[in-house]
Amino acid sequence: MDGSGTMTRMLWLQGASCGGCTMSILESGASGWFDELRQSGIDLVWHPSVSEQTGDEVVDLLEAIRDGRERLDLLVLEGSVARGPGLTGRFNMLAGTNRSIYHWLLDLAPLADYVVAVGSCAAYGGIPAAGVNPTDAVGLQFEGSDVGGALGASFRSKRGLPVINVAGCAPHPGWMMESLLALTNGDLTARELDGFGRPTFIANHLAHHGCSRNEFYEFKASAETMSERGCLMEHLGCRATQAVGDCNQRSWNGGGSCTKGGYACIACTSPGFESAQNYLQTAKLAGIPVGLPTDMPKAWFVALAALSKSATPRRVRVNATADHVVVPPSRSGDKRSS
Amino acid sequence: MTRITVGPFNRVEGDLEVRLDIEQGRVARAEVTAPLYRGFEQILEGRPPLDALVIAPRICGICSVSQSIAAAGALRQAMGVATAPNGVLATNIAHAAENAADHLTHFYIFFMPDFAREAYASQAWHGAAAERFTATKGSAAREALPARARLLEIMGVIAGKWPHSLAFQPGGTTRAIELGERIRLNAIAASFRGFLERVMFADKLENVVALSTPDELDRWRDGRGGDFAHFLAVADALSLADLGKGPGLLMSFGAYHDSDGARFRAGIRASNGEVEALPSDRITEDVSHAWMRETSLDPAESRTVPDADKADAYSWCKAPRLAGQPVEVGALARQAVDGQPLITALLAADGSNVRNRVIARLIETAQLALSIEGWIKALRLNEPFCLNSGDTADGNFVGLVEAARGSLGHWLAVRSGRIERYQIIAPTSWNFSPRDAGGIAGPLEQALVGTEVGAAGARAVGIQHVVRSFDPCMVCTAH
Repeated sequence: MDGSGTMTRMLWLQGASCGGCTMSILESGASGWFDELRQSGIDLVWHPSVSEQTGDEVVDLLEAIRDGRERLDLLVLEGSVARGPGLTGRFNMLAGTNRSIYHWLLDLAPLADYVVAVGSCAAYGGIPAAGVNPTDAVGLQFEGSDVGGALGASFRSKRGLPVINVAGCAPHPGWMMESLLALTNGDLTARELDGFGRPTFIANHLAHHGCSRNEFYEFKASAETMSERGCLMEHLGCRATQAVGDCNQRSWNGGGSCTKGGYACIACTSPGFESAQNYLQTAKLAGIPVGLPTDMPKAWFVALAALSKSATPRRVRVNATADHVVVPPSRSGDKRSS
Repeated sequence: MTRITVGPFNRVEGDLEVRLDIEQGRVARAEVTAPLYRGFEQILEGRPPLDALVIAPRICGICSVSQSIAAAGALRQAMGVATAPNGVLATNIAHAAENAADHLTHFYIFFMPDFAREAYASQAWHGAAAERFTATKGSAAREALPARARLLEIMGVIAGKWPHSLAFQPGGTTRAIELGERIRLNAIAASFRGFLERVMFADKLENVVALSTPDELDRWRDGRGGDFAHFLAVADALSLADLGKGPGLLMSFGAYHDSDGARFRAGIRASNGEVEALPSDRITEDVSHAWMRETSLDPAESRTVPDADKADAYSWCKAPRLAGQPVEVGALARQAVDGQPLITALLAADGSNVRNRVIARLIETAQLALSIEGWIKALRLNEPFCLNSGDTADGNFVGLVEAARGSLGHWLAVRSGRIERYQIIAPTSWNFSPRDAGGIAGPLEQALVGTEVGAAGARAVGIQHVVRSFDPCMVCTAH
């Protein structure tokens, strides 16, 4: 290795973001993220939260990349692209440059080997695009679930890939690091992306898979109010059966996940999740949740739910509406379970 | 006179630009610009009130728990619900963990790397500072980041994940803690104590929080290892106590309420040292120099409507004022209002400045580590963590909390079961506010005046110390 020549050069920019993706990835790596990057051969040429260079040193660097004097392997964006008002990008200027982030991205993205959107804001628009979308916020290559976004549907980075969307709000640090490393290894090709640009090693799973409440789901034993232990889908808004992500197969912050934490999956990896309302309440039609698992015929779901409800063990039924385990597992006939 | 622009101003949370008029090598006038607007207040309008628990935390990835708690506080008023005592404790533990993590991130990742810069290469202390604190390469980050990640495992237990959790509800927290989990929380707290006592302070936390006078602090640090003593030595060498003087008024909304009251009490501290009750009904927001349409000064009645072409405006940040005055908020203000002896004495000696802001944050970190241990012990595992309630009432409601960077308020107006208006005043909106209609500059704008830039101009490192001493969170500022 002869230093920077063989290192992967990564530039990380923040658009209309909350900084949460950075806060998440700073949890990565046993000896810290910076060590992990070095060990992985990634040279972080600049990151607004952590790098020493500031002010005109940064402007010089960005101009050098724009003018082709410096190589750019990975361009990472965190946060939405605020195009407003009127496509000027003035809601989000890159300080010290008198130029908007939107226009900087139009300059820089075609120069990168790969362009990575971390978080649902950079991927699809995210929370800033909610409601009246005051800033005309979009993702790099999607506007909600419509392909296009700031860079346009036909955009391909220098290595021929569309924008890689590591969705989530905030994404798991592992999702971001593993995606970046897969790119540096050449392991992430267009075939490894789903229809919304998400790496399939994440998107081939549902947030529901591995949920610690699965036994309650199987028997349709549901929590009725916050902090109860039962399934959160029937009453409390959970979309884990419709949202992609291996959320419940990994540990978040040393052992958590949203559903383990006691609240519904709000499908934050899905384009347009910000447009939903009443997140913690299940929308129903004639008493049946509207958002049933997407790949299951509704009639079957209803029939199976009725059947499994009739077979729910007392332990599961009672615990579903308690905040602590009231009935422990035991052999049938155990005195304590009667 | 020359005018210089400093930006992008990094190693802060979010986007910042500073414009300075320089006379005879010193800052004569400063204008602080928040160059990012996302429009959370507009996004919240018309939604069901409880959706604020999803939207509002996402203002900020570095203090999302604080934003959650402010939203939950306003909703608690609207729902007329009490919080389960366990939920109060679990919220305090998570909130303190977030705030302590913020202090760590600020000290090791944002602030200290400036002392490793080439500008100080001729200083006797530079070699050690560069080895320890150089951005992304210094030895400190290899210890601080894992310690931060371990501390945030508190979120995995209590909040499911961090940032952006829905665990913080008006009636408490969404997950009852079991015995095994309490043991895990204890282990995480012990690990955090271990990091602080080994790496940051090189002493028992009890000894650190007992320091009560500047003389004691000086004696304590003599010959001591640890990063706090390292900072104190550099601060002396650079006279950081003379740099970045704040406007004088210090405010705190009070923090970590439990059955005994608030761990840090609310109030306002005048420059003569007197602490008085907080006149929270005298909070206003002026938009004379913000890219915003004129509206009510009262956050309970105002709306946010951007106007990118407004003349004389230079920031997306509005100008919050208390009884017409700019005030400084943050750990220094919180400790001063609470009457912490060491901070009170330091303020009496040399006022609010770069050094004292950092000292207050680190003393508070030690206090929080101890408080977390106490709150974990106080959990009553067989009792509820969340009380549930019915619908929200119509009316005006307020949630006031202390984030790491200072006082945070959410003003919620509900009509016909929908959010009619939502106004947020964040800590950095106070500290980094632009001028108001009377031409009075915000706290940072005042603190920058007099800073020496010499021949370095926009690269002057003193400017960097002053700005970062406030630990600004720009994504919260204009939101």
